[in-house]
Amino acid sequence: MDKNLKRPITLREVIAHIVLVILAFMCLFFFYILIVNASRKHVDLMKGFAFLPGGMFFKNMMKVFNDSNIPVLYGIRNSLIVSGGCAAICTYFSAMTAYGIYAYNFRAKKPAFTFIMLILVMPTQVTALGFLRLLTNIHMDDNLLALILPAIASPAVFYFMYSYMLASLPMSLVEAARIDGSNEFMTFNRIVIPIMKPAIAVQAIFTFVGAWNNYFVPALVISTKKKQTLPILIATLRGADFMTFDMGKVYMMILIAIVPIVLVYLMLSRFIIEGVTLGGVKE
Amino acid sequence: MKSNRSKNKSVSYERWGYLFILPFFVTFLIFSLIPLVDTIRYSFYEFYTSGLIEVGPNFVGLDNYKALLESDLLKYAGNTFIMWIAGFIPQIVIAMILAAWFTDHRIRIHGLQFFKVVIYLPNLIMASAFAMLFFTLFSDAGPVNQILMSMGVISHPIRFMISTVGARSLIALMNFLMWFGNTAIMLMAAIMGINPALFEAAELDGCNHAKIFRYVTLPLIRPILGYTLITSIIGGLQMFDVPQILTNGAGAPDRTTMTLIMFLNKHLASKNYGMAGALSVYLFVISAILCFIVFKMMQDEDAAAAKKAEKKAKKQRKERA
Repeated sequence: MDKNLKRPITLREVIAHIVLVILAFMCLFFFYILIVNASRKHVDLMKGFAFLPGGMFFKNMMKVFNDSNIPVLYGIRNSLIVSGGCAAICTYFSAMTAYGIYAYNFRAKKPAFTFIMLILVMPTQVTALGFLRLLTNIHMDDNLLALILPAIASPAVFYFMYSYMLASLPMSLVEAARIDGSNEFMTFNRIVIPIMKPAIAVQAIFTFVGAWNNYFVPALVISTKKKQTLPILIATLRGADFMTFDMGKVYMMILIAIVPIVLVYLMLSRFIIEGVTLGGVKE
Repeated sequence: MKSNRSKNKSVSYERWGYLFILPFFVTFLIFSLIPLVDTIRYSFYEFYTSGLIEVGPNFVGLDNYKALLESDLLKYAGNTFIMWIAGFIPQIVIAMILAAWFTDHRIRIHGLQFFKVVIYLPNLIMASAFAMLFFTLFSDAGPVNQILMSMGVISHPIRFMISTVGARSLIALMNFLMWFGNTAIMLMAAIMGINPALFEAAELDGCNHAKIFRYVTLPLIRPILGYTLITSIIGGLQMFDVPQILTNGAGAPDRTTMTLIMFLNKHLASKNYGMAGALSVYLFVISAILCFIVFKMMQDEDAAAAKKAEKKAKKQRKERA
C-alpha cells in the first residue's frame, strides 16, 4: 500500500480516470437534465436550456397528480402491488422449488432440474398470444393477479436459490430439525427460509425492479385506466398530442416513474452490485 | 429396527420432494406450457378481427408462415440485429476495458465504488421511461439541441427522429448505456475469480498489461464472454420497450426501427391471432436454440466445477496419505 502511495501516477491511470469520468457523465447527465426540467415551467422549457433547477418542482408534481387522464397515483399503487406481489411469491416459491430439488431424492428430481435449466432464459414474449387467450377464457384479463401469479415459476431465480443452497445450506441442519420432530414444511419455513434470507433479499430486489419496469405483457393484459401500471402510463404520455402538452409535467411524470427505484438503489447499491455477480454464471 | 424406520421415512420424504416442486410446475403448465401449445395451434389458423367482424378460425396450414416471410419480417429481423449489434459492440468492448482496469492491481482508481454504482444505475431504470426521456431530450426543440445551439456547435436543430441513422443510433446508445455497466461488473467478477498466481507468473515472465490481458485474462474469461454474448442475443431478440416508446410504436422513420417484438405486439394489439401465432413460433424456435446453447454452457460449467472439486479432493487425499 505504501509503495502504491509513493509511486507517480501512470499514463494508464490518467486515461482510466478520463474514460470513467466521461462514462459517469453520460450516465448521470440525462438524469440531471431530467431533474432540472421537472422543476421548470413549460414556457421556460420552450425558451431554452438552463443548468439550474427552477422553482416549479412541487407545482409540476401537483399538476401530474391532478391530471385525470394519467391516473399517476393509481399507477404507483398498481405498480407497487404488482412488483411487491411478484417479489414476494417469486422468491418464496423459487426457494421452495429449489429446496424440493436440493433436499429430496425422488425419481423426477433430475428430469425436473434439467427441464428448468432448459427454459432458464426462454423469453416470455413467445407465449404471449396463448397467455392472453388463456386470460380471456378464464376471465382473468384486465386483472393485476395475472401479472403476479406467473412469477411463481421463475427459472432464473430458482437457479440462484439452488446455487445458494449448494453453498450454504448443510443437510445436517435439516436432519437435526427432523430429529427434533419438525415436519418438512415447518422445517422449510422456520429453518431454511431464514438461512436463505440474503439470497431472498437480492432476488426480491431484482424481481421487484423487473416487474416495476415491465411493459410488454402488462400493456396487453390491462385495459382499464385505473388498473394501469406506470410503464403503461408513460406509453400513454408518448401517444398523447405533444403540441398541447405541458413539458414540465412530462418530465415530472418520467421522474416519478424512475425515482423509487433510484432511491432504493442508492441506499442498497453495494448489496445490489454484489448481487449482480452472484446472479450470473457460477465460477 | 432403526434402519427400517429410516427406510420408511425416505419413502415419505420422496412425496415431499414432489410437493415442494409442485407450485412451480403447475404455474408453468398453466401460464406457459398451455399458452405455448395454444400459440402453436393458432399459427395454423386464419383468425383475425377486422373492424367488428371476426374472421376464422379457419385452418390454413402453413399459409401464415409463408405470408410472414413474404411480408417485412426479414426487414424487421435486420433492424433488430443492426440495433442490437450497434449497442453490443461498444458495450462488450468498454465492459472488458473497465473490468480489466477495475481488477488491475497496478492501477489505482479513485472513487472505484462511486464509478461502479454510477455505471450500473441505468440498468435499473425503467426502459420505457428512459426512452421517453430520450424522446424529449433529443426532440427538435429539446435540451440537447438547445445546448448544442447555445454552444454554437450547430446553427439548426438536428432532427434525430426523422433519419434512420439518428433514430437507430439513439436506440443503440440507450441499449449501450443500459447494459455496459452490468456487463463490466459481471466480467470483473469473472476476472477476480482467476487464480492471482497466474497473473504474477505472467508478470514475472515479463508480460506487459496488454499481453497479460490477451494471453491470460481473455482465454480464462472466454466462457463468461460466451454466456454474455448469448444472453445478450436473447435480450436483443426481445428488444421492445425502447424503440416502441421512442417511436410511439411506428418504428419511424419508415419502419426502419421496427423490431420483431414490436411487430408481434402490433399483431397482438390488432387481434390478428394467426399471424401473431406464426411469428411467435419463429421466435420460439430461435429462442429454443439459444436456450439450448445456454443449457450446454451451464452444464459444461457444472461439469468443470465438479471436476475441479474432485481433483482437489484427490490431491487432499494424496497429501494426507
